[in-house]
Amino acid sequence: MKGLSRDRLWSIAVLLPSILLLAVFVYGFIARTVYVSLTDWGNDPAQALALDPIIRWVGLANYQELFTGFLQGRFRQELVNTIFFTLFFILGCLGLGLGLALVLDRNPRGEGLWRTIFLFPMSLSFIVTGTIWRWMLQPQGGVNQFPNAVGLPAGQFSWLSSTDSIWKFDWNALPLITASVVGLVLILLAVRAARAGDRTRAIVSGLCAALLLGWALFVGPNVRLLPAPEPHGFNLALIGIIIAAVWQMSGYTMALYLAGLRGIPEELREAARVDGANDFGMYRHVIFPLLAPITLSAMIILGHISLKIFDLVYAMTGPDNTYTSVPALNMYLTSFRQNQFALGAAIGTILLILVAFVIVPYLSSSFRGEEGHA
Amino acid sequence: MTTTVPTTTAGPAPASRRFGLSRAGLYALLVVAALFFLLPIYLLIATALKSPDAINLATTWQWPRALNWASFADAWGKIGGNMLNSLFLAVVATILSALLGSLNGYALAKWKFRGANTLFALMLFGMFIPYQAVLIPLFQFVKSLGLYGSIWGLILAHVVYGLPITTLIFRNYYAEVPDALVEAATIDGAGFWNIYRQVIFPLSVPGFVVVIIWEFTQVWNEFLFAATLTNTSSQPVTYALSQLAGGQAVSWNLPMAGAILAALPTLLVYILLGRYFVRGLLAGSVKG
Repeated sequence: MKGLSRDRLWSIAVLLPSILLLAVFVYGFIARTVYVSLTDWGNDPAQALALDPIIRWVGLANYQELFTGFLQGRFRQELVNTIFFTLFFILGCLGLGLGLALVLDRNPRGEGLWRTIFLFPMSLSFIVTGTIWRWMLQPQGGVNQFPNAVGLPAGQFSWLSSTDSIWKFDWNALPLITASVVGLVLILLAVRAARAGDRTRAIVSGLCAALLLGWALFVGPNVRLLPAPEPHGFNLALIGIIIAAVWQMSGYTMALYLAGLRGIPEELREAARVDGANDFGMYRHVIFPLLAPITLSAMIILGHISLKIFDLVYAMTGPDNTYTSVPALNMYLTSFRQNQFALGAAIGTILLILVAFVIVPYLSSSFRGEEGHA
Repeated sequence: MTTTVPTTTAGPAPASRRFGLSRAGLYALLVVAALFFLLPIYLLIATALKSPDAINLATTWQWPRALNWASFADAWGKIGGNMLNSLFLAVVATILSALLGSLNGYALAKWKFRGANTLFALMLFGMFIPYQAVLIPLFQFVKSLGLYGSIWGLILAHVVYGLPITTLIFRNYYAEVPDALVEAATIDGAGFWNIYRQVIFPLSVPGFVVVIIWEFTQVWNEFLFAATLTNTSSQPVTYALSQLAGGQAVSWNLPMAGAILAALPTLLVYILLGRYFVRGLLAGSVKG
């Protein structure tokens, strides 16, 4: 028993340096960033790089500036860009990855070679991918030359330089939109709870929905974040970046799905056939439900990658194209080009909150189940 | 379940009828998909081999009439030093974080203590955070150590933020080593370190291969730390390439050749050792 406890001490001693390092570099630095974001460090350029800068506590002023300040329209467009980018990037990777996995699962000849082709972009840096695709998507060359090959006039699409956007909405309407969407979701939850016979839950979510929707109807329209309307939407130049990102990352979802498909026992497929399921029915009722957990974990990994992405944007449209920029890029520029550290820290904190929404539930559910029988 | 029915109803080759596609349609799909993945590479190589005056937007897709290898020499002249920086950085950072990760994984998988999983989840969070959320303090910290602008500051950052993934891969790898082996060694009187040296480490070679390949690729490809913590003399290749490709005056053969050079090491690793690369990739998706 004595030896055993000494071994346990060793195992803790081995872990200790890493624990300390991560405590400082992850949690300590996050705390420091949050603190910096609540100060005015760098808002006065003269103080930014001073040896002993005068730093004042300003509370949430930097956040207020980002969401409602006249000069920070770029940041608000970037938030919208990030949401659209994440949505289409995940959809693209899941769709293409699942398609490729289903095809490869049918054991075509030379499977290893196909797999190598679909996965190799994963080994490249986003900077390399961005450099290649920037050339692919040149306005008069690259992809726009494809129609020439079949005798049509060259394409006109400005993949990376478009300044048009679709699905525009006024930033002032954001509280209204958010409240309505959340309210509708709550109504849905209430209806489902009522059907399942859970009365308390139905009443609570119904009341919350009514409150939110009432707010959206009567108070929301009068809330104005900005003095003037400020339209934001899905910028078309993002399409080029999304294609490049899907090119790089869809091999990852393919590998995940292929591993999942290979893990489904042949007996299960046989059993479905015995029960008279046709191919479509088998995929619909047997195989896709089994792939659902893989889809969820792929969505989480891809989601956090896409919220953090900035090197691809940097390489494809440069740091100064505000139409395609993302918060992660803005944070770098604000902090290390303009030396506005407090504002940069606020953007970093907002990014962290976005990522934490995705990651924390995932990590806690992954490890809660295990702790019981550890 | 009967055993006679399926053979008569499922037809002669059930595997080939999955998803109701003909064999020809299957290969057509594969070829189209492969074109999507390979055409950018064709364009990359074709452009890198053109002489600057042969590059114009109308003839983007033509294979060069005369091969011009000089772009590679030019590109090497501009980013060769940065490639060597990256090599040093990636090798040192990979070895250090692999060694630490192996010890951590061993302690977490074979000497479980109360709260080990919570601790592990807290460690893993470091893998997912956007580095923008720690960048300013990290920059200050590296600067206060006097390491700003040197490659060692970058190595420090990569070792620390590499710990979560290397620990994760090793922990999952060691979880598959039977506990009976460790128990037998304990009965023979071996302690923490002897078991690591004589039982665990010799079994770890495939684990090390996965971790080293994965971590090398990640460090080589990283951009944010590279752009923030270094200056001209110590910049890794990703940053140098972004500068090379960002300039408007250079003609396209140069950044394309540079991109090929910067991509070669990780691409070679992938082509030669793809199996282990994929294993690292799948391990990154956290299966507890």
